[in-house]
Amino acid sequence: MQITGTQFTNTAALFGNDLATFPDYPAEIRAPAGTLPGVSGFQVQFSSADIYTPGDEPDVLVAMNPAALKVNLHTLPKNAIVIADADAFDRRNLQKAGYPKDVNPLEDGSLDGYRLFAVPLTSRTETALSPFEALSVREKRRCKNFYALGMAYWLFSRSFDNTAGWLEKKFKKRPEIAQANITAMKAGYAFCDASEEFQVQYDVAPAPTEPGQYRSIQGNQALAYGLVAASHQAGVPLFYGSYPITPASSVLETLARLKRFGVKTFQAEDEIAAVTSAIGAAFAGAIAATGSSGPGIALKGEALGLALMVELPLVVVNVQRAGPSTGMPTKTEQSDLMQAMYGRNGEAPVPILAPQSPSDCFAIGFEAVRIATKYMVPVFILSDGFIANGAEPWRLPESLEDLSEVSVSYREGNGTLEPYSRDEETLARPWVKPGTPGLEHRIGGLEKQNLTGNVSYDPANHRLMTELREKKVQRVASEIPDLEVHGAPEGDLLLVAWGSTYGACRQAVSAAVANGLKVGHVHLRHLNPFPANLPEVMARFKRVACVEINSGQLATLLRAKYLVDVHVLGKVEGQPFAVREVLTHIQELAS
Amino acid sequence: MNPATPPSPPLKKAAALTKKDFVSDQQVRWCPGCGDYAILNSMQHVFAELGVPKEDVVVISGIGCAARFPYYIDSYGFHTIHGRAPALATGVKVANPKLSVWVVGGDGDMLSIGGNHLLHALRRNVDIKILCFDNRIYGLTKGQTSPTSEYGKRTGTTPLGSVDRPVNPISIALAAEATFVARTADVFNTHLREVMLAAAAHKGSAFIQILQNCVIFNDGAFKDVTERGHREENAVYLEHQKPLVYGKDDEKVIRMDGFKPVAAAAGDADALVHDETDSALAYMLSRMGGDGLPTPMGIFRRQEHPTLESAMERQIRAARESEGEPDLMALLHSGDTWEVKQ
Repeated sequence: MQITGTQFTNTAALFGNDLATFPDYPAEIRAPAGTLPGVSGFQVQFSSADIYTPGDEPDVLVAMNPAALKVNLHTLPKNAIVIADADAFDRRNLQKAGYPKDVNPLEDGSLDGYRLFAVPLTSRTETALSPFEALSVREKRRCKNFYALGMAYWLFSRSFDNTAGWLEKKFKKRPEIAQANITAMKAGYAFCDASEEFQVQYDVAPAPTEPGQYRSIQGNQALAYGLVAASHQAGVPLFYGSYPITPASSVLETLARLKRFGVKTFQAEDEIAAVTSAIGAAFAGAIAATGSSGPGIALKGEALGLALMVELPLVVVNVQRAGPSTGMPTKTEQSDLMQAMYGRNGEAPVPILAPQSPSDCFAIGFEAVRIATKYMVPVFILSDGFIANGAEPWRLPESLEDLSEVSVSYREGNGTLEPYSRDEETLARPWVKPGTPGLEHRIGGLEKQNLTGNVSYDPANHRLMTELREKKVQRVASEIPDLEVHGAPEGDLLLVAWGSTYGACRQAVSAAVANGLKVGHVHLRHLNPFPANLPEVMARFKRVACVEINSGQLATLLRAKYLVDVHVLGKVEGQPFAVREVLTHIQELAS
Repeated sequence: MNPATPPSPPLKKAAALTKKDFVSDQQVRWCPGCGDYAILNSMQHVFAELGVPKEDVVVISGIGCAARFPYYIDSYGFHTIHGRAPALATGVKVANPKLSVWVVGGDGDMLSIGGNHLLHALRRNVDIKILCFDNRIYGLTKGQTSPTSEYGKRTGTTPLGSVDRPVNPISIALAAEATFVARTADVFNTHLREVMLAAAAHKGSAFIQILQNCVIFNDGAFKDVTERGHREENAVYLEHQKPLVYGKDDEKVIRMDGFKPVAAAAGDADALVHDETDSALAYMLSRMGGDGLPTPMGIFRRQEHPTLESAMERQIRAARESEGEPDLMALLHSGDTWEVKQ
């Protein structure tokens, strides 16, 4: 299902539609097919206008079995199109999906409010593939998803050429499989064309977007590219230490394929080795990063304290998922903000960045490397499962000059070294690589004496160093661009949000403003320190509300720092916000 | 006794360094009489003899008494967190294979809280030298049972005796596929240096158990194998392709009785001959000692395998050969792209 969804997405993207996707799948690799927890879905919204979310209410649902129908039906608006594989609605599957005995939703009239097309997809696919004698029945049945994809292409007047090309490439070694899938897809297309059942066909024109080269990109891939791009621009090799964990593993997998860029990926024995190996690489002079999700970040906590104590640059990626504990690995949440902010022993401040969309992961990955190396500090990136797996069109940089500058310099030359002396502007200490003659020195997790870096238990020194570590993080604020308000520049309600709620907030605020409400939206890509003009922007509105996929973590930080009365628009269901949900809240608070 | 080790490959000589070059300006803060002083002294000599520039020597430690080691060596050093030194050192070596990377820790640091990292650093054959100062006790936290403490040992946390069975560090290192596994002791000045130089010359991960006396909390733990008058009977020195000879007058050897080692008189035609490339023999020897048989000292196993860092570099070179030099814009523009015109 995920492959079929991705193919539709790519075809829409190539046509020039704006789009956003939401893959929603179970944690189990082969979850029992036909059961409610086993439903693997892929939601895509594509449009001739700018869009920012995968959409609230699908206009078309393709249900390959009764469970898929049952899980998704409640999200559909009345009169939506439902294409169902009638072959799959047999007694056994209906029972697995929990329908009462002798009840079949395709036949009992319960779908009367929808435009139902109950098509025997499985048997039609088998029939279409009868010339493929070498294939088993099982292999033929597997092609039914592409039959359904062919129907979707007809419905939205899309060419299936791109997908056909992809299949030929993908199954180069088994051309009969490629041809069977292509035949199934064409059969699905032809069936709709010939059938009188389908009275509608949609044309979704290309979206008017900024001119340039585009590609579709997922968040984790963009993040990996951002790290590689920063390493490439700095001329310093990237080391990425990580341990497989959903939904962060694809960052490691993407980087492992980029060895020609000098990237060294290290699949460590555990989360702690993943972060400590990266700290070791940073000590040796590499651009170092580690990545995980909440449970893994919890294990890295002590080592992150070490990284900031020894003031080495490190990028720490947290692709958040629903917690606590193992939680819901494949479901999204933004509930690790407090963990990033405070989840270490002692007073241990670090800069925190958050991408707002899949393509923004590129810029944030790049920015994290820039800040880490400039300020000699570990930097957190808070992505989440929704962004990591979601895709959107990305306007590509035209040349390397379009990227920001990352300049890395190491202290060299003979003479005396004070390992904890500081740059006046950034408060960064010098980065000295082992192997540099004459500058031998020792670092470690014990408190450092200012300047010399020797072990120190002096009370006044500890206070000074604690303050310096905090000040250094706050210095980053001088480089953060001022927030720009989307919607009303002042008025009744300001939404302050971060991360993957960007699309839902932006569209909801646009709708609210169109309805005459005085509502604005700022989106924080920097969560520590905050952009300098944030308090001033909040002061322009009567009310402030935080939209976040948690119970109010950003709201708590804002209240504590700025003494503002912040409302919480939280959601902890493992699902992203729908535009309509945000809009409902806006209407309650702004009127 | 004959504490010599097999000849090591000749080392490249850099500018002549002396022990003094590796003495830092920090005051050493171990207890008077601690075995660590002897190891520190020997290691400062060893670093001077490595044949690598002083600035290329990196010493990395975890937490514990032994972990203070980097502060006392005048080179690059990193005092990290409890148990994690082998993992951190792996990152250092992979990022810059040119460095000579040494890991120092105690039995608690390496075999308890850091046991996992030890296993994996060894099996990856990353070219780092891991020195495990084994005193069979937690010293810095003031005398609690450690993973190598004897069964039944009474300590602050085990007032009625420890109910945990101890681990055998050499057996663990062998099981973890370490390509260089050796044992020596704090007071074996020359032997310790020779083992260290052999470890340095070895390309790959090296594990060295150093029996070390904690004068405060576990005094005399190894006196049977380290003190004059006992060690002649209780220790045997392993030498590649030579019989295992021991006793006050080198009058005893080891021979095999089935799968069991037994003592025999020197000159026995079936005297066991050591072979550093034989893993089964190495494991058998790791279990020997006590029960009337001597404890082996020296190199149990030494084998050649590609190192982690060289394999990584090789893959990068191969990728560049097959996929071409890195082109960032080509990467970003890869996959399906489309153009939006004015």
